[in-house]
Amino acid sequence: MEPFVTLTAVAVPLDIANIDTDQLLPARFLKKPRSAGYGNFLFHDERKPGFPLDDPAYAGARVLVADRNFGCGSSREGAVYALVDGGFRCVVAPSFGDIFAANAAKNGLLTITLPDDAVAALRRRLQRTPGATVTVDLPAQTLTDPDGAVLPFAIDPFKKDGLIAGLDDVALTLQQQDAIDAFDRADAEARHWLVPAGP
Amino acid sequence: MTAPPRSLFDKVWDAHVVTTRPDGQALLAIDRHFLHEGSFHAFGMIDHAGRKVRRPELTFTVADHYVPSHARSQPIADPEIANMVTLLDANAARHGLRHFGLHDPAQGIVHVLAPEQGLTLPGLTIVCGDSHTSTHGAFGALAFGIGATEVSHVLATQTLWQRRPKTMRVTIDGTLGPHVTAKDLILAVIAAIGADGAAGHVIEYAGSAIRGLSMEGRLTVCNMAIEAGARAGMIAPDDTTFAFVEGRPFAPKGALFDRAVAHWRGLPSEPGAVFDREVTLDAAAIAPTVTWGTSPETAVPVTAAVPDPGAEADPGRAGQMRKMLDYMGLAPGTPLEDVPIDRVFIGSCTNARLEDLRAAAAVLRGRRAVVPGLVVPGSVPVRRQAEAEGLDRVFADAGLEWGEPGCSMCVGINGDLVPPGQRCASTTNRNFPGRQGPNARTHLMSPAMAAAAAVTGRITDVRKLGGR
Ligand code: SF4
Repeated sequence: MEPFVTLTAVAVPLDIANIDTDQLLPARFLKKPRSAGYGNFLFHDERKPGFPLDDPAYAGARVLVADRNFGCGSSREGAVYALVDGGFRCVVAPSFGDIFAANAAKNGLLTITLPDDAVAALRRRLQRTPGATVTVDLPAQTLTDPDGAVLPFAIDPFKKDGLIAGLDDVALTLQQQDAIDAFDRADAEARHWLVPAGP
Repeated sequence: MTAPPRSLFDKVWDAHVVTTRPDGQALLAIDRHFLHEGSFHAFGMIDHAGRKVRRPELTFTVADHYVPSHARSQPIADPEIANMVTLLDANAARHGLRHFGLHDPAQGIVHVLAPEQGLTLPGLTIVCGDSHTSTHGAFGALAFGIGATEVSHVLATQTLWQRRPKTMRVTIDGTLGPHVTAKDLILAVIAAIGADGAAGHVIEYAGSAIRGLSMEGRLTVCNMAIEAGARAGMIAPDDTTFAFVEGRPFAPKGALFDRAVAHWRGLPSEPGAVFDREVTLDAAAIAPTVTWGTSPETAVPVTAAVPDPGAEADPGRAGQMRKMLDYMGLAPGTPLEDVPIDRVFIGSCTNARLEDLRAAAAVLRGRRAVVPGLVVPGSVPVRRQAEAEGLDRVFADAGLEWGEPGCSMCVGINGDLVPPGQRCASTTNRNFPGRQGPNARTHLMSPAMAAAAAVTGRITDVRKLGGR
């Protein structure tokens, strides 16, 4: 996955709460291989006239500024593939579906959680000047709005390290192999019923 | 100094931490890993990296999302759908996994099958690349959905990096009224706390109304924890749980079962255990509940009317309501009982167990549906038992179709779709735009309420119709 450090890009506002992963990637595309181009399926059924992602004023947007509970619903990681393959590197919202946010981090997509009013103000600001850019500095944990106002954000250090390094977690986990083996041995003693015998 | 009282969640979490990083991330050991057809990305990732499945004996694959609801002896017509089912067969075979494929006598929706087979047990950590994995929390397991990259991580390591979530206790005391079910209860909970109200939290459901539920009802309640944004939902295991587990095919047997039960009796939250948030509801105040919008949080008593965005003070919220009403084709102020429906769907991991089918059949017995409908049992054993009880005849006599087990119209990827613009009374868990098909309109409700809607052709308070 592509490491994430800093990004300056057009941000597109989306004034809809509870955008679920079925809307991000309709279920009928789930059987497609990644090579089919998931970016083409992004918001496939929402692409009606007036949909901000189709507004040429926001062309080239790499940041999505959404509303609360973005990415709720199904655990489909394809929703993240659709955003990433569609060019997005960052989503800003007041809250995210937990599974979506975890999937995003594993694919180099930064999710920034900010207070409701700050995100609403940012959406209005972007609507006033479509095509305006924002800057994200992940090491510094700041988002700079089009007027230069700096918004600090919090992020889990594990997630942050993973995004900056662009590393595969399995490699990290395998460094704990001895601890995992020791845990499994002790657990097998404590819970003899753990492994199902089968009928 | 004595240790502080611990919650059910604390106990299950603490018992599974392999190691904790200085930044607070914990490496959790995973006891059960379930996979369905959608896991092909994850298998691709481990295959690409040349990794093996670390604990095949704890890993189970289930064909449910893409399986046909009809004519199973025929080949699947759509080659892409057929490929999804056979790809899982191949991945399971290559990695030596116990696979519940299309023709397995235990086949069913993963969240129905695993409890039924005794794979789901109290105190376990359970993951699956499916958000409704929260269902298994009904047994006092810590069960949650993960994405494809995490699935590949669990396949390779049988562990997962997680940050300890916050906890929320939802206490529901009192007795549910006649025809008010676990589905109504959980819809009322979601309406009370919001679709993201429990984000970052694990919910423990407690109180006399929860303890009074059957395992089927508890599964329904935990199933929809994710619809309140929760990471997982849990219910303390008790005699109801142990009685359900005993004798199941994969459950521990004999002396091993007794030892397991002795261990499980130590799992419930201790008096004085502290939760980050507490919510209480009165069971007696819950009516049969339906949704009017495109989020499960839009659940209201069936006696209510479609709300008016004009009466909403917050302009942002009013705008969202207008969008939802526009999608749903509803006018503000319309009594919900005046809303006509086009079809019904009774099924899904929320409401396709035997108790659900019995409740729907009780309403339909001796009556005719005036709209088309599909009833899809949650598993082959549920289907067999329903047929032994004659429930399939009740549905057929009412004019409803009786399908083969799977996800079916819950998500529509096997081809069972609600046609565009049609309004479906559905026992599923999501009314999102397009969930049951492009431009399909979904009203979530209990099996008895869906059956009542089938009979009248509109959303109906089942209490007025009654069972037979
Ligand atoms: S029945 Fe519906 S919610 Fe349940 S696992 Fe299948 S698709 Fe998901």
